[in-house]
Order: sequence, then C-alpha cells, then structure tokens
Amino acid sequence: MSLTIRIPTQLRDLTGGAGQVEVEAASVGEALKALDAAHAGVADRLFDDSGGLRRSVNVFLADEDVRFLEGLATPIVAGQTLSIVPAVAGG
Amino acid sequence: MVDFVTGLRCRECGRSFPAEALHVCDYCFGPLEVAYDYERVAANVTRERIEAGPRTIWRYRDLLPVSDDAPVDLGAGFTPLVRADRLAAELGLGELWIKDDTANPTGSFKDRVVSVALTKARQLGFKVAACASTGNLANSVAAHAARAGMESVVLIPHDLERAKVTMTTIYGGTVIAVEGTYDDVNRLCAELTSERPSWAFVNVNVRTYYAEGSKTLAFEIAEQLGWQAPDHVVVPIGSGSQLTKVAKGFWELGTVGLLDEVPHVRISGAQAEGCSPVATAFAQGTDAIRPVKPKTIAKSLAIGNPADGWYALQAMRESGGSCASVTDDEVVEAIGLLARTEGIFAETAGGVTIAVLAKLVASGAVRPDERVVALVTGHGLKTVEALSDYTGPTATIAPTLTAFDAAFEAHDDLSEETLP
Repeated sequence: MSLTIRIPTQLRDLTGGAGQVEVEAASVGEALKALDAAHAGVADRLFDDSGGLRRSVNVFLADEDVRFLEGLATPIVAGQTLSIVPAVAGG
Repeated sequence: MVDFVTGLRCRECGRSFPAEALHVCDYCFGPLEVAYDYERVAANVTRERIEAGPRTIWRYRDLLPVSDDAPVDLGAGFTPLVRADRLAAELGLGELWIKDDTANPTGSFKDRVVSVALTKARQLGFKVAACASTGNLANSVAAHAARAGMESVVLIPHDLERAKVTMTTIYGGTVIAVEGTYDDVNRLCAELTSERPSWAFVNVNVRTYYAEGSKTLAFEIAEQLGWQAPDHVVVPIGSGSQLTKVAKGFWELGTVGLLDEVPHVRISGAQAEGCSPVATAFAQGTDAIRPVKPKTIAKSLAIGNPADGWYALQAMRESGGSCASVTDDEVVEAIGLLARTEGIFAETAGGVTIAVLAKLVASGAVRPDERVVALVTGHGLKTVEALSDYTGPTATIAPTLTAFDAAFEAHDDLSEETLP
C-alpha cells in the first residue's frame, strides 16, 4: 500500500529537507519502519527503549491520532496520509 | 536590557539549544524548557526591586525569558488576590483566597503568556503572531498583536462561544474557524509551524517562552501574601502547562532568595468530567495519559490530548496535591456560588476550579487548616451561553408601581420580611 508521510521540521535533517516521503506499508508501524529504512535514524528519534512511540511524538493517520485507532498496528488504506507531529503544542 | 537566560534544555533527554524559536528537542521531540543563570538572577533580584516595578507581570522581568524596555504589554498581571471568607465558610475552609485573573486586559490569564510570547517573538524578528486556541488565547493574541502592530492569524474550533469569536475578530486579524475539536486545530497548527516558519505560533514554536508567563501567577500570589507561599493551590488543567509553571514559579522564588527557602506548596488540578484525561490518570495512579474526545461546557479546558499532562501529573504527585473532575452541572453551580459569595463572575473554567475545590475539601484532600488559593483564570462574560438555561430576570413587569409590588411580593427572596 502506498502512503504519504508528512515529515516535521525536526526530522527533515534526515530526509534531505523533504517535507513528504512516500513509502509502501500495510500498517502504521510498518510505514515508520519503511521510513527508517529509507532515511536511517528516524526510528531512533521516534521510539523509546521499549519500542513504543515516545510520549512526545504524535502520529496521525488521515488526521486521526493513531492512539484512538489501533496504534502502530493500525492498518493503512491506499492513498492515506500519515503525519508525524511533535506532541508538545497547544494550551 | 539583559535577561538571565542561558539557553533552552530538553526536559526529556537534557540536550541544550540556543534561545531561539524552538519548542521541541530536535532529537527526541521532548519539550524545551528555558534555562536561567539563577545565581545571576539571585544577585540582581530583590523584593524591593520588584515592588518598585510596574503593576504588571513585567515587575518580574528578571525571572522571565525575555527582557525588553518596551514589552508588548496591555497591562497583564498583578491581578487582585481576594480573601474569600464567605466562600470559605460555604466550603468549610479556614483561609481561602481567589486569584482573580478575570481582571486581565482581555479577561483571562492568557494575557500573561501572550505578553511574554509576543515580546520574545518580536525580538526574534517575527512579524506574524499565530496560535491554536480554545478562545481565551485567541482573544489575547489578537489584542496583543494589534497593540504591537503585528499581523495575527488565529485558528479556533468552529463551535466556540460567541463572545470569544466576536472578541477575537474585532482586533482586525485573520480568524480561521476549523471544523474540528481543539486537538484537531492544535495538530493543524503543529503542522503549519513546519510549513510557515516565519510565523510565531505562540503556543507552538514560541511555546517555550510563552509558557513561562504563567510563573507570574505564583510570583504574584507570594508577593500579595506578603512574600509568603500558600499551603495549597488549586489550578485548572487544560494542557497542564499552567499548573506545571505555577509549581516552577514557587520553586524559583525560593531558589533565587525571594522566599527564605523553596516553599512546600501542594498543587492540585481541576478538570471537567467531559475532558479529564489527567484526572483519570491521577486517579488510576498511572503515568500514561490516554487522550479523550472532549465533551464539556468548559471549552477553554477542552484539550483531549494535553501536551503537558504528564508534567502536571508529576507536579501534583511530587507536591502532595490531588486532582479531580466535576460534571457540567457542578461547574454551573460553582460559577453561581462564587458569584453569590464573592462577587466574582468566572467563566466555565473558573467553575471547574471552584467545583473541584469543593470536592477536594469534602474528600479531605484540601484541609480546613490550610491557606488555600484557587485560580480563577477567565471572565464569565466569555461563556454566558453555558448559563443561559439557568439565568434571567427575577420578573418582567409593566412600568407601574402596582406591577412592581406584585412581582416583588411574589418572589420569596425579595419579600419585605426578609429585607432589613
């Protein structure tokens, strides 16, 4: 499944400045692994020692927080957009 | 003017950054915190120097992250700290004070944080002030941007209270209503920050500085109590930033010698039941804050995914404080109670604080022998819709003495027997 990942400023040093990256994946977790395979170092920044998303990282699939879905196991529908967004904003 | 900032520091991994428009760690996305040279602050700051300063938050400039002889200022801060004996008697408390932040220029505590944020943003060269807001911040950003001659772009949920929308638009900036919740607006702004790096989103890329403005609540409370800390403070929780910064403020007062020692202030949090992710985590004793879809009349606290929720939890637990949530009916009741007993008209968030205070007194978490301060952070005129089913004239009459007498006698509270 082809998917667009939107890259926040903080990770663009790893994507050569690109604000969007296309990957092939069937789930959110696979998509982030594919992003790391294409741009080494991403996983280190997104995941904590236990392999979960850092609490300071939010991931949205089609504008919905994946924590309201099935987390990293959430399946992807072709053409969806995944956004990686720093959690620390607002309020 | 000099400030005493040494840089920014990640609260998660400890990496250091320069004092620029950064809000999260480049490495781990953790929030950045302003670091100060407290020894130099301590060598400069005195109670007398503060007392000789302006009657605004800028009297505490030595402990703020930006120094400017002409800050972006509408007069935020130094709001009344009101001794609330009648409310204390109703609740069964000995000594209660209300920090009345309805008295700020745009009617909420947000003027404190925005004054700091836009002063720093202007110093960093930004020409556009932007924000994601539940309303109070929108009011304040639009007003302060107008004052500073900056453009403003304010994003709000489409279903905000009318007064908050009207008040934001009158200042002449751009106001975008987003079809979604505050959390949707917030996510959009977090993404926009990457695409519009020349805009100062006060609660995104300038958030590190912005949040520091809330420390002034602690500074003022201590100064207004005669340079003494209270025993217990009750703070409403939206993102959790304000509560975290109130705790930091009391710590700083001790650290730089404005109080004799770092005071032990218990800090308790207040949420509405329809949006209580932090209160739920507190009650369950977990660190994991599960985001929720908000449904409450307390829209200014309706943040389902609170950015500083985890830090607020730590601050409450470490201080020996508590946390609770209340229903919308309890919120409305508490707004009336505060108004009836103390003459202060609070918005729904203030109702949340007072209702939670009552609940914590009943549970024993707030004790009658404590000196307690409750933060009332926004004005009731902003959220009159919440009260429309509960309020109205006692009677509507023809302009005649007969009609007046009939109406007056018909109403128990106003009958002649009960009047002096």
